[in-house]
Amino acid sequence: MATIKVERPKLSVGEKIYFGAIFKGMIITLRHAFRSLFGKSVGADDFNSSGMGITMQYPEQKWDDQLPEYYRGVPALVTDEQDRERCVSCQLCEFICPPKAIKIIPGEIPSDDEWAKVEKRPKVFDIDMIRCIYCGMCEEVCPEQAIYLRPDYVVTGTTRKDMVHDKDRLYEIGGKRIGLVNKWNDLK
Amino acid sequence: MDTTFLLAAAIKIGVFIGITLTFVSICVIFERRFSAVIQDRVGPNRTMIPLTILGFKKDLALPIGGLTQPVADGLKFILKEDFTPSYVRKFFFWIAPALVVVPALLTMAVIPFGSPMEFGDTFIPMAVADLNVGPLFIFAIASLSVYGITLAGWASNSKYPFFGGVRSCAQMISYEIALGLSIIPVLMMFGTLNLGHIVEYQAANGWLLIPVWGEGLSLERWLMLIPLGISFVIFTTSIFAETNRMPFDLPECETELVGGYHTEYSSMKFALFFMGEYAAMVVGSALIVTLFFGGWSIGFGIDGLLPTGAWWVSLLHIGCFLTKVTVFILFFILVRWTVPRFRYDQLMNLGWIVFFEAALINVFLAALVIAYPSIGAGGFAVGLAALIVVSALLIKIAKGATEKPDAQAV
Repeated sequence: MATIKVERPKLSVGEKIYFGAIFKGMIITLRHAFRSLFGKSVGADDFNSSGMGITMQYPEQKWDDQLPEYYRGVPALVTDEQDRERCVSCQLCEFICPPKAIKIIPGEIPSDDEWAKVEKRPKVFDIDMIRCIYCGMCEEVCPEQAIYLRPDYVVTGTTRKDMVHDKDRLYEIGGKRIGLVNKWNDLK
Repeated sequence: MDTTFLLAAAIKIGVFIGITLTFVSICVIFERRFSAVIQDRVGPNRTMIPLTILGFKKDLALPIGGLTQPVADGLKFILKEDFTPSYVRKFFFWIAPALVVVPALLTMAVIPFGSPMEFGDTFIPMAVADLNVGPLFIFAIASLSVYGITLAGWASNSKYPFFGGVRSCAQMISYEIALGLSIIPVLMMFGTLNLGHIVEYQAANGWLLIPVWGEGLSLERWLMLIPLGISFVIFTTSIFAETNRMPFDLPECETELVGGYHTEYSSMKFALFFMGEYAAMVVGSALIVTLFFGGWSIGFGIDGLLPTGAWWVSLLHIGCFLTKVTVFILFFILVRWTVPRFRYDQLMNLGWIVFFEAALINVFLAALVIAYPSIGAGGFAVGLAALIVVSALLIKIAKGATEKPDAQAV
C-alpha cells in the first residue's frame, strides 16, 4: 500500500495576511446578529420564532397544535357519558406501574347508589407526578378504559405535595368520555 | 493641595470607578445578549426584580430586556459557597484575584473622560490623575495584572491552573513589546504623553484615524494614516492579548485547560477574575478610543463651537466618550464570537515574529513620513530604500525563525 503524503494547503499572500478572513467572518456574524434582531433568521418561521433569532419563547408560546396524536402526557382518569367513574379500582395499574407512582385505596359503592351494581370505585387515587415516567402502561393495562395519557405536559408545583395528583385533579384533567371509547380508536 | 483639588479628586475617583464598574456589568449583559443574537438565540431577556422573596404577590417584570441580569449574576456569585481547596497556598490563593482587579481599575485613573470643567477660576481635568506619562502609566500598571493570573495558577497547586498561569505570563510578555512599540508612531505624531493634550489636539485637528477637519486635512496627516493604521491594528490585537480575550484566551482555554488559572476558584473570588478581565477590556477600549478615535471629542469641528469649560459641555463629552467606548466593547465582543482561538505556537509566532517586526518597521516608516518636510523628496527616497532593505532583512530573519527543522535531517 502506497503511502499517501498529505500536504498542508499552500496559502496565497492574501490568505496569509488573515485579516480578509476575519472581516468575512465578522460580516457573517453581524449578518446573523441583524437578522435575528429583526426576526429574519434562517428557519425562524419553521421554528415558530418569537421574533428574535429562531427561539420560540416557551411559556408564552407553545407548540401544542404540533403535538403528535400519540403523544403521551400526564395520566388522567375519565368518566363515561353518564358521569360514572369508569375506574372500578381493580388496582392493575397500581401493580403494573414501573416506578410505583400510583396509589389506590379501593372503596365500595354503597347499595343505595345509582351505580351500586358496579360494586367498587377508588376511594383514593393518587399519581405521584414526580415518580411517573409517562410509560403508558397504566393505560394499556386498564380493563375499563378508565385511565388515559392526556396530551397535557405542563406539570408544575412548588412542593412535593403539589406534584401528587389526587382523584379530583385526575378527573379534572381527564374529563368526560362520550361514546364507545377504545384504546385503539382515534378518539383519545 | 487646596481643598478644591482634593474634593474634585475624591468625587472623580468615586464617579469614574462607578462608571467603570457599571461598564463591567454592562459588558456582561452585552456579551450575553450580543452573542445570543449572533447565534440566532434570544439571550437572557426576562430577569425580573424578585419582589416575591420580600413577601409581595408578584415579581416585578420591567420591560428592560433583562438589563437586571448582571445584578442577578452578581448576587449568584456572592451567595455561592466560597470554597478554598485544602491543598492550595492560601495566602497567594487569596491575594491573586485582587491582584487582577486592582491594576485594571487603577489604569482608569489617567484616562480623560471628558473635557476640563471650569470651576471657579480653575479648570478641573476630567481624569482622576492628569499625568504627563499617561500611556506609560497604563502599560506599567496593566502589565501587573499578569502577576495575579500567574500567582493564581501557581497557588492553586494543580496542573491545569499552573499551565494557564505560565501561558498567561508568556503571552503577556510577548504582547507587551508589540503593544509598547505600536504606539510609538502615535506618540511621535503628538509629541506628548499627556492623554488630555492628545485628545485636545485630536478634537481640534481631526481624530487620528479620521483626519477630516482642522490640520487633519494636510497631506502629511493622510500619509501618516499608513503607519497609524498599522499601529492601530497591532495595538488593538495586542490589547486583545493583554486582556486575555477570545482569540488569545489561552490562559483559560476551556477546551484544553478546564478553566485555566481560575479552575480552583469559586464564588466571589472567581467573580473578581471575571471582573478583572472585563475591567481590562473597558480600559483597553477606552485607551484605543483615546489614542485613535479622539477620546471625548465629538469631532468634525463641533468641539470648537462649544463653549470651553461649561459643565454641560463636559457632561456631553463624557457621554460621547462612553458611547465610543461602548462601540469598542461591542467590537471586542463581536471579535470574540467570530475569531476562533489561536494555537499556542501561532500565538507566539504572531507576537514575536509578525507583530514585533511589523511594529519595529512601522516606527521607522512613521519617522520617515514625519521627517518628509525637512529632508525633502531625495532624502525621503533614500530613507525609503534603506527601510525596504532593512525590512526585507528582518522578514528574512523572521522567516528563518519560523522554519521547522527538517525531520529527515534530525
